[in-house]
Amino acid sequence: MTEERLIIDRKTNNKFFMMIAIGVVLLIVGILFMALGGGGEHHAEGGHGEGAAAGHEVASWSKRLWVNLWFNNVYFTGISLVGVFFVAVQYVAYAGWSVLIKRIPEALGYYLPIGGIIMILVFVFGQHDIFHWTHETLYDVNHPDYDPIIAGKSGYLNFWFFLIRMIIYFALWIFFFNWLRKNSINEDLQGGTSHYHQSIRISAMFLVVFGITSSTSAWDWVLSIDTHWFSTMFGWYVFASWWVSGLAATTLAVIILKQNGYLKMVNANHLHDLGKFVFAFSIFWTYVWFSQFMLYWYANIPEEVIYFNERLGGNGGHYKWIFFTNLIINFAFPFLVLMTRDAKRQMIMLKIVTIAILIGHWLDFYMMMMPGTLRGDAGIGLIEIGTTITFLGIFLLAFTKGLTKASLVPVNHPFLEESVHHHV
Amino acid sequence: MNKKFVLGIYDDEDVLLHAIENIRAAGTNIHDVFSPYPIHGIDDVLGIKRSRLPIVAFFCGLFGTSFALWMQIWMLGFDWPMIIGGKPHIALPSFIPVTFELTVLCAAFGMVITFFIVTRLKPSLKVNVFDKRSTDDKFVMAIEVNEGVTDMNALNNLLRSNGAIEVNEKEVIR
Repeated sequence: MTEERLIIDRKTNNKFFMMIAIGVVLLIVGILFMALGGGGEHHAEGGHGEGAAAGHEVASWSKRLWVNLWFNNVYFTGISLVGVFFVAVQYVAYAGWSVLIKRIPEALGYYLPIGGIIMILVFVFGQHDIFHWTHETLYDVNHPDYDPIIAGKSGYLNFWFFLIRMIIYFALWIFFFNWLRKNSINEDLQGGTSHYHQSIRISAMFLVVFGITSSTSAWDWVLSIDTHWFSTMFGWYVFASWWVSGLAATTLAVIILKQNGYLKMVNANHLHDLGKFVFAFSIFWTYVWFSQFMLYWYANIPEEVIYFNERLGGNGGHYKWIFFTNLIINFAFPFLVLMTRDAKRQMIMLKIVTIAILIGHWLDFYMMMMPGTLRGDAGIGLIEIGTTITFLGIFLLAFTKGLTKASLVPVNHPFLEESVHHHV
Repeated sequence: MNKKFVLGIYDDEDVLLHAIENIRAAGTNIHDVFSPYPIHGIDDVLGIKRSRLPIVAFFCGLFGTSFALWMQIWMLGFDWPMIIGGKPHIALPSFIPVTFELTVLCAAFGMVITFFIVTRLKPSLKVNVFDKRSTDDKFVMAIEVNEGVTDMNALNNLLRSNGAIEVNEKEVIR
């Protein structure tokens, strides 16, 4: 089987650097607007009543910046992690169809080390702006801010344990990513089936690790923002959101590579399977979303339902449109558009849907983190767009660099032939 | 009325697939092909159009959705309004599970029933088995013979030259 090497020329690379530059410029302009204009941008969007604004301090630009950095990094780290997870699932399932596209999710993992460094830095320096529970006065019995509920959680939610957990997650993920990747590349060079069999064992171990860490990292990084709130569905919810975004990113990357003349052996049958994955897991996400929502809505217990109050009627109705957009863009749209077989086999349809899903789940993570941190002061302005474009540029640099490091076709994979003749 | 068929017997899947292509290319109409198991890609080779059953499934599902929503809204909102758990009479989130179930039920049953009707599958159905070996280890290709029009020798040669291990004739009584 012929090797296919991806070549990222300097022009494309410059485009990614350009993205980062544009993002940073937008970000700085946004910060300047906010710092000098006293958050005028937000008032134009929010439409607060005077009663709500009185005696209420508008969140500072630095808080908004930290939250944005955190939120984007969680989103992109998730997509990157899901790439490794996808490859592991394919190995454990003895899947043959995915061999031709396997290098794409594999390369998504190259963002993990960068994500890890950013995550640690943002947590260490921006913790008080993101996590309410990091304020020490909450744990002091004699202080007026003392919060017995949060103090009761201090065994799990404390700076050092949180930081150690974060380092452990990334260490494990990066370790397994490197191990799988090394085997995959050695297989290209040496052939034989021993690398394949070892990859299955590595993948099985990784899946156990992933099962636990994907849940606990979701509690740590996302759920603990709303410190008082709890949800047993939350690990699943974040996983579902990451998973479908990762699948959409993989599909989109496959289509873009294909349209640029790479992945010559990938045909409509492979796209069909990727399309089925995206279709099925956008429904799975909805299922988890609704399971979480309906139980809280039905029981209507104050400490539980406040989470949805803040997102629907609360905060001056600030998040209402995102709440419904979230459902339309992540459920109704992919469900109706990708329902037919033909749609799943056409690049243009898949492209539209995967881009919509990537934006939709960006909004989903926005919805998870903003109400608990910025309350009614969140917006989608220059800071949000700038941060996202910067992260996207960094992500694409790492991802495409990873793609160029090995042949796009895993030439010695034992199931390669099966994948070439894949037919659905 | 009796119908006469020429049966080409094959014992290899790939040979069969190529034979179908060649025989259709030669302008001969294939009545049907019988196989002990589903063969990948045989639909395309035989020129069989994709089933329209998914369209039926969609509309049956849509019917299920509308029926479930109408039923719950009418029953709980208009016919016999009750306050349940302090919620409004028409509390949409609580209707979703039933709506989902009825959508799946209607789509599934609608598909199965339509399938039975379209294929005329019923307990009294009688099937003409052209060659019993098509349920064991042989593939059977049936070509209908138009009395006086079909050149039997040419057909025999065509089948044999495309890898048939046997060519038989069979009359089917309707």
